[in-house]
Amino acid sequence: MVARRAQAGLASGLGLAVLILALGIVLAFSVGRFPVGTGDLLTALWSRLSGHPSGLPAATEAVIFNIRGPRVLAAILCGAALAVAGAAFQGLFRNPLVSPDILGASSGAALGAVIGIFFSLGIFGIQALAFAGGLLAVALVYMIGSAIRGSDTVLVLVLTGVVIGALLGAGVGLMKYLADPYNQLPAMTFWLLGSLSGTDKHDLLPLFGPVLAGTLVLFALRWRMNVMSLPEEEARALGLSTGLIRLAIVAAATLVTAASVAAAGVIGWVGLIVPHLARFLVGPDFGRLIPTAAIMGGGYLLLIDTLARSAASVEIPLGILTAVIGTPFFILLLVRARRSWS
Amino acid sequence: MMGIGPILAGENLSFGYPGRRVGQGVSLGVKAGEVLALLGPNGGGKTTLLKTLIGLLAPQAGRVVLEGKPLADFPVTERARRIGYVPQAHAGAFAFSVRDVVLMGRTAHQGLFASPSEADRALALAKLGELGIAHLAEQPYTMISGGERQLVLIARALAQEPRVIVLDEPTASLDFGNQGKVLRQIAELKSRGLAVLFTTHDPNHALRHADRVALLGRGALLAEGPPAEMLTVESLAALYGAAIHALHGSNASDMAFLPA
Repeated sequence: MVARRAQAGLASGLGLAVLILALGIVLAFSVGRFPVGTGDLLTALWSRLSGHPSGLPAATEAVIFNIRGPRVLAAILCGAALAVAGAAFQGLFRNPLVSPDILGASSGAALGAVIGIFFSLGIFGIQALAFAGGLLAVALVYMIGSAIRGSDTVLVLVLTGVVIGALLGAGVGLMKYLADPYNQLPAMTFWLLGSLSGTDKHDLLPLFGPVLAGTLVLFALRWRMNVMSLPEEEARALGLSTGLIRLAIVAAATLVTAASVAAAGVIGWVGLIVPHLARFLVGPDFGRLIPTAAIMGGGYLLLIDTLARSAASVEIPLGILTAVIGTPFFILLLVRARRSWS
Repeated sequence: MMGIGPILAGENLSFGYPGRRVGQGVSLGVKAGEVLALLGPNGGGKTTLLKTLIGLLAPQAGRVVLEGKPLADFPVTERARRIGYVPQAHAGAFAFSVRDVVLMGRTAHQGLFASPSEADRALALAKLGELGIAHLAEQPYTMISGGERQLVLIARALAQEPRVIVLDEPTASLDFGNQGKVLRQIAELKSRGLAVLFTTHDPNHALRHADRVALLGRGALLAEGPPAEMLTVESLAALYGAAIHALHGSNASDMAFLPA
C-alpha cells in the first residue's frame, strides 16, 4: 500500500509539474500587449509542423515565433537549468539550503558581464564573457578547494566558494564604481537583477546547447548522485570514485548555471526553491527529481517572467520578483513541511 | 592459501591523518567465518585503524592486504565488492526510502551510468528480509528508529555481497533490545562464512560474540587472542585506565564485566 502511494507520488508530482509548465505557456502567450490565444498558438504551431498555411495574421505569427516564443523558451530553459543545478548542488553538498551559485558561478558570470558592459561590448560579447566568467570562477574555486588537503573536502569547497564569491563581488563593485553612471551603471544593475526582455531567437542555441548537455550528464549520473549524498567516506566505501564524480557533477551543474546566467542575468531563488518543491512531490531520488525539477523550474520562471513584463508599465527585474515571491514561499515551506527535505 | 590466511589484514601498520600519527606497529587480520572484536578506550585509534583497514585512509607505514594482495592495488569498486562497511547510523540529509538506501549497496556492481536493475531490487529486498525488516522497505530512512537504521546499514553492506564486513561501533547509541538484535546479526554473518570485524565499547559484547579480540590502546596493539584469555579484570583495567569488576555466574564460562 505504501509502495503504491510512492508510485502515485511520482505520477502526480510529474503531472503537477507539467500542469504548471502548461499553465505558464498558456498565460505567457495570452498576456501582454499583443495577446495570443491558445487556439491561435496551437494553429500556428501545427502549421509550422505540417507546412500548411495557418491563415493567421502575419503579426500574430511574428509574435509567436520571433518575439514571445523565444522569450518563453528562454524562460523555460533558464528555469529548468537553475532548478536542475540547484538540485544537483544540494545533493552534492548534502545540504538543502544550497543554491546553484554556491561555488561562485553567478558571481563569476556577473563580473564577466559587467566587464563586458564596461567596455561597451555588444550583447554577444557580454553573454560570452558572462558564460566564461561563471566557468572560470568555479574552476578556480575547485582548484583551490582541491589543493587544500587533509580536511573535509566538501566543506573546504563551500568555504572557498564563499571567499572567491566575495572577491568577485568586490570586482563587480569596482566596475560599477568606475562605470559611466548614466549609461553603463543602469545596464549593469538591470543585468545583475536578471531579465529576459532582450531575448531573441539567436539567444536560444547558446542557451539550449549547454543546458541540454549538462542536464543529460546529470541525469546519466542520477544513481551516482544518490550515493554522493551520503557522507564522503560511505560513498567511497560503496565503491564510488568520489573525486571524479564530484568533478563531473560540478562541471555539469556549472555549465547549465553559467549558460542561464549568461542569457538572463543573475536570478536567485529558483535554484533554491524549486528543488525543494520537487523533492517534496517525488522524493529525493535523482532519477525522479531531475526531470520533475526541470519541468517545474521551467514553468515557475515562465510564470515569473510573464508577471515581470505584465504587472507594471515597466519591466520588473526577475531577480526582484523571485526574491519577493520566494521569501514568503520559502518560509511557508519551512513552517508547513519542516522535514520535507530530510 | 586464501582459505587459511586472513582475508583482510594489516601488516605492521602505522596509521593516522596527514600530519598526525594515531597508531603504529599494528598487525591484525580477520579470516572467513571469524568474528574479530576491536576494543579500546576513546581516542585509542579504533576508528582510524578501521578506516585504514578498509582503504578510506592510506597507511602511513606498513600495508593492508586483501585476499593476499595489497589493498592499494584494488580499484575502489573492487574493494567495495569485497569489503562491506557499516558506519555508525546517522539520519542522512535526504529522505531516501529504506529500499533505496540498501540499493546503494549495489553501486559497485553497476556501470557508471546505470541505475539499479530488477535483480538489484530483488536482492535488496531479500537482504532486508534476511534481517527481518522487509516491512520497512518503503519507509523513509530518516523516519525509522536508530536500531532499525543500523540494521538497514547492515543490509546495505550485505547487498555489496562482500567477503568481509567491518562495523564501526554497531551497538553504540542503541537500546538494550536493539543491541541484542545487532549482535545476533553479527553471529549470523559469521555463520554464513563472512569475515567480521567490529569495534565496540562493551567488553561483554566481545566476550560473547567474538572469536578473537584485539585490545588497542594509545595506537598500539596491547593484546590479541581468544576473548576468554584476553579479557580479564587486569587487562581491561590497564586498557581503560579504570577499575573493572567481573561478575561470575554459576557456570564457569558465564561472566560479565562492569566498570567499578
